[in-house]
Amino acid sequence: MPVTWPHLGNLEIVLKDLITAAGQPYILPPKNTARTLQLGLRHSPEFACLPLKITIGNFIEALEAGADTLIMAGGIGPCRFGYYAQVQRAILNDLGYDFEMIVLEPPAMGWKLFVDTLKRIAPGKSLWEIAKAIKLAFRKGRAIDAVEREVLKYRAYERKKGATTKAYRAALNVLDEALFEKDAIDEAKEEALGLVYGVEKDVDRPVLKMGIVGEFYLLLEPFVNFDVEEYLGHSGVSIERSVYVSDWISPGNNNIIGGISEEEIKRAAAPYLNHFVGGEGQATVGHTVIYAGHGFDGVMQLFPFTCMPDTIAKSILPRVGRDFDIPILSLVIDEQTGKAGLITRLEAFLDLLWSRRMQREKRLLSV
Amino acid sequence: MSITVGIPQALLYYKYYPLWEGFLGGLGLEVVTSPATNRRILTAGVEAADNEICLPVKVFYGHVLSLKEKVDLLFIPRVVSVEEDAYTCPKFLGLPDMIRAVGDMPEVLDPIFNFRLGSRRVSRDVYSFAKRFTKHPAKVWRAWRHGVDEQRRYVAKLESGWTPVEVLSGKAPPEAKGDMTIGVVGHPYNIHDEYVSMNLVKRLRKMGARVVTSDMLPHRVVEAEANRLPKKLFWTYEKEIVGSAFYWMRSGTVDGMIYMLSFACGPDSLIQVLLEQEAKREGAPALMPLVIDEHSGEAGLVTRVEAFVDMLAWRLN
Ligand code: SF4
Ligand code: SF4
Repeated sequence: MPVTWPHLGNLEIVLKDLITAAGQPYILPPKNTARTLQLGLRHSPEFACLPLKITIGNFIEALEAGADTLIMAGGIGPCRFGYYAQVQRAILNDLGYDFEMIVLEPPAMGWKLFVDTLKRIAPGKSLWEIAKAIKLAFRKGRAIDAVEREVLKYRAYERKKGATTKAYRAALNVLDEALFEKDAIDEAKEEALGLVYGVEKDVDRPVLKMGIVGEFYLLLEPFVNFDVEEYLGHSGVSIERSVYVSDWISPGNNNIIGGISEEEIKRAAAPYLNHFVGGEGQATVGHTVIYAGHGFDGVMQLFPFTCMPDTIAKSILPRVGRDFDIPILSLVIDEQTGKAGLITRLEAFLDLLWSRRMQREKRLLSV
Repeated sequence: MSITVGIPQALLYYKYYPLWEGFLGGLGLEVVTSPATNRRILTAGVEAADNEICLPVKVFYGHVLSLKEKVDLLFIPRVVSVEEDAYTCPKFLGLPDMIRAVGDMPEVLDPIFNFRLGSRRVSRDVYSFAKRFTKHPAKVWRAWRHGVDEQRRYVAKLESGWTPVEVLSGKAPPEAKGDMTIGVVGHPYNIHDEYVSMNLVKRLRKMGARVVTSDMLPHRVVEAEANRLPKKLFWTYEKEIVGSAFYWMRSGTVDGMIYMLSFACGPDSLIQVLLEQEAKREGAPALMPLVIDEHSGEAGLVTRVEAFVDMLAWRLN
């Protein structure tokens, strides 16, 4: 009974360990390609959000490859994500696939259900063993995120174009291969960070500082965001991002990776969006306010077409931009979005940020 | 002169206007509503709102703009949840903030209604909202009771087959004729906004059909039907859509169903799949989805609706 789950950035590195520790065989869905998207589009409702479409594509391709147990996260709303699994099951059933679906609902829907589901994923394991494995997985997840954070921040300074990406791949590999044990993970983390820090930098180079906010799937899955972060890094932009995989999986955990606590985010968002609206809506606004306060050159928001929480945030961000005098670029992605169009818009945005930077420096020099 | 407070004739107006009007009136405020949706309102809304937003929220922006010069205050409550284990739609959670972000608005009153936190908490929030208008808790209580009574009468009328527009304008529905019954499924702010729905209900009646809509079924029926889904829905208004459609499919009390949904509606994009699958079952009444946005043309809608009604008539004979 090979298990599978949809792609989400680097998440698979930890899930592979976790499922292996649960004593289950697994099959990864084939890499996201145009075919994945096509399959997803063909079988999903038209104005469902993009993550649903692509994850349907992942499930179909994994089922074709021989998986028969699908693992999916659940949720209690109000964003659609919490109901994805139900719709995916209905669609895949209708297509005639034979499979079992295990939906991991959050403890907020009842501890018993949560524990029972964990035991279905890891049959024969004690709760203690499961808890230990989950803890280790978070350890590894946070290590991966810590590495990614450095990559986003320092890619803009690399002397040799592409060196950071190369080091990043090597670093992920080290973490991927590390044994699923506390010490091994800690050692791998040191080694991985070392690889990234080891990239030769030009620290005097002028770079722009940009915050990236938005919907988690679009931020975390390079296939759907066309790896804009790499593009930005190569264009001389140092990045701070609002969402990381481990933060997203353990909400309320005070955003260890992003470095900003939920409380702080809410407080920053309150004058503009004084209530959670599901998904990342409030976090998008809160992070933008915080980044603006830290003097960033600009903020970019990325989210899928029809996404409710981030559409709300998009309606509100212009007000934040006015109040803080910071340029904000909202990019709405759907299945028709092409990389070329996206880059064109980004180029124009970067030009704007550079010219503002020059003006500011001129002003500072003239007084 | 009394203080005027504006209630846009859009979105949850169709659900809770009697409650809001009764309550605010009881607090001594003069309630002003915007006129029924028209082209000017729609155009203004489409221009002011973000392009990606669903049609009914764009319409709401238009109503707010038509009110803003005429009132001292705007009433845009944050209706987070109307029952313990479900939300409304995320858009309603952010609505007051979205309107404030338009800029240059009268003060927005945004009391929170969140029944997930229990009704004790709701009454506390009601009192703290009303504080600025009266110092007497008894007056708040009377105003609220008054609103609740009005709301009860309203719901009873809906359940007896009146549409929201009929109840609110006091015009009784025309005598039901015809031997074909059509269930119209969808959000009341789409179906009953005659400009947005292009008079769907009246049109169907003119074609000789009896019309029932989702809001005419009692909540408990709808709730029980919707809970046949393997996982309970966490959006109240989607439960009403699914529940009414399931009820009509199972009871066979309608000959066909029209499911009106707005393009880019988050919750409906998922619900649609479940409804369409259920409608594929043997013997279920036909279901026709009708997706609307600001570009929908009347001609296209009329053609589709006529074809659907013809098909049902042909089946009946
Ligand atoms: S956050 Fe937005 S895109 Fe993501 S699942 Fe929710 S509605 Fe869809
Ligand atoms: S339920 Fe759908 S149509 Fe209604 S406000 Fe929400 S997204 Fe818009």
